[in-house]
Amino acid sequence: MPETKPMEGNHAVAEAMRQINPDVMAAYPITPSTEIVQTFSSFVANGLVDTNFVVVESEHSAMSACTAAAVAGGRVMNATSSQGLALMWEILYITASLRAPVILTVVNRALSGNINIHCDHSDSYGARDTGWLQIFGENVQEGYDNLIQAVRIGEALDVRLPVMNCLDGFLVSHSYELLQVEDDQAVKDFVGPYQAVNPLLDLSNPISVGPLDLWDYYFEHKRSQLDAYGPAKEAIIEVGKEFGKTFGREYGLFEEFMLEDAEYAVIALGSAAGTAKDAVEALRADGMKAGLLKLRAYRPFPAVEIAAALKGKKAVAIFDRAASYGADSFPLFSEVTSGLYTAGQLIPAVNILYGLGGREIIPDQIISVFRTLPSVAATGQPVDPVQYVGVRE
Amino acid sequence: MASLTEVRWHGRGGQGAKTASYILAVAAAEQGHLVQAFPEYGAERRGAPMKSYVRISDKPIRLRSGVPEPGIVVVLDSSLIGTENVAVGVPENGIILINGTMDAAEVKKRMGVPDSVKVGVVDATTIANEAIGRPIPNTPMLGALAKVSDIVTLEAAKAALRKTLGKKLSPAVLEGNNKAVDRAYEEVKLA
Repeated sequence: MPETKPMEGNHAVAEAMRQINPDVMAAYPITPSTEIVQTFSSFVANGLVDTNFVVVESEHSAMSACTAAAVAGGRVMNATSSQGLALMWEILYITASLRAPVILTVVNRALSGNINIHCDHSDSYGARDTGWLQIFGENVQEGYDNLIQAVRIGEALDVRLPVMNCLDGFLVSHSYELLQVEDDQAVKDFVGPYQAVNPLLDLSNPISVGPLDLWDYYFEHKRSQLDAYGPAKEAIIEVGKEFGKTFGREYGLFEEFMLEDAEYAVIALGSAAGTAKDAVEALRADGMKAGLLKLRAYRPFPAVEIAAALKGKKAVAIFDRAASYGADSFPLFSEVTSGLYTAGQLIPAVNILYGLGGREIIPDQIISVFRTLPSVAATGQPVDPVQYVGVRE
Repeated sequence: MASLTEVRWHGRGGQGAKTASYILAVAAAEQGHLVQAFPEYGAERRGAPMKSYVRISDKPIRLRSGVPEPGIVVVLDSSLIGTENVAVGVPENGIILINGTMDAAEVKKRMGVPDSVKVGVVDATTIANEAIGRPIPNTPMLGALAKVSDIVTLEAAKAALRKTLGKKLSPAVLEGNNKAVDRAYEEVKLA
């Protein structure tokens, strides 16, 4: 039976994994995602799942084992953070290139140096171009819901790509919230059984995986991989709709919060979107037509859909929780404004860098950003769009 | 109870502030409220000062930042009073509950809070030592909280304790925790 109970973010992810019962998990624990691995390993030890839990000596080995297990034909999961994801980097490209739908929960944490265990999005951003899909959640419920949907999205026949289920470290991973835990069988029915395409262990149909691929065919293989990201967008929408029909919580490429009639909008990923909702409501009560676009799918990036949702806005502020060193602006800003330009919508936009290494963001700071937007709208696109919020200068 | 109640716990790593926040959240959820509980870690080490927060509301809780103006503050280690301002942000009708042996009126004066702030003191460490056999002051503080505030009842606190720790603790230790909750409820002194 479905049940609502207080649960910590990491436990909610482990709970979804228990219900999904993947074939293989190969993991090396790291703060703040440790408890996913720890809790799930106790499910394995107690016989609650049939998963083959592979104990490895590093994240590089973990992702190597996961990729190999997925290519062999298994449904495979893993969890990591920060340096752990960085150490997987070489293999991440291979996982996506081999079209192996591994599901990896990334509990977002800053990258060293200096050493920091708290939240920002440097780790996920660093893996942006690896070919993995990236879906960001705002709260504990979304961490649970997104993991269940990720299975269907990644395994869709015209997609077959690995998926990162991104959640803010500590802010969500260590937060207790009321979680709607769905019925075990309902979750199993939703994800369905898994049949890999061309599994390596299908001995009657032997194949080679990952052979040498030089100038004569590599480009064609990459070109065909690029064709999977449009269907991935469709899969995110369709699976999100079906999830809504089944469990009552519908998802899309992004969430619009008071956005439709808004004059000024903020765009953000992850838990800061929750704080931004409080800011938007406060501003609405004060007479400003404020709105929020909470991005859920960062890869594939819904540039066209975002531009359509922002049409007619007077000015927007795009929040990045990680820098791109040496760039004129930061990743989310660059991609949203590129989409706006391509759509022929030159909406004045500012880029807010916030929250690095777990620095807190509060509603008043987001409200202050909104308050600057009317003058941005009046004066037009600033030459230097970058502003820093919450840093000592 | 107000539509949104925010609680800030001050403790040291290992004293159970995180667990107590969780049990309080479970108790509030049992009473039909929406809840959020989360710790604020530095480097996750035993003995280091840490904070933990609980939000209890009847509307969805979306806010992700810490609690700068808590209606209720619980201090698990009175030595923290000298090193940080545990009373910061507490409103005039707020409550500060301290695990200690000092006089409530005296510590109220020392913290310099307005007279309208309710200050409670209970020797939760001694209670825990005697009732549970370990100096973990977190669960008795829930009993004291039931006495000095309206966010949780004694029954809900004990039910939440059973629900969250019932499987982890032996029946004897759980019973010790229950006794500690009852004793703190009885023994907390107010100023």
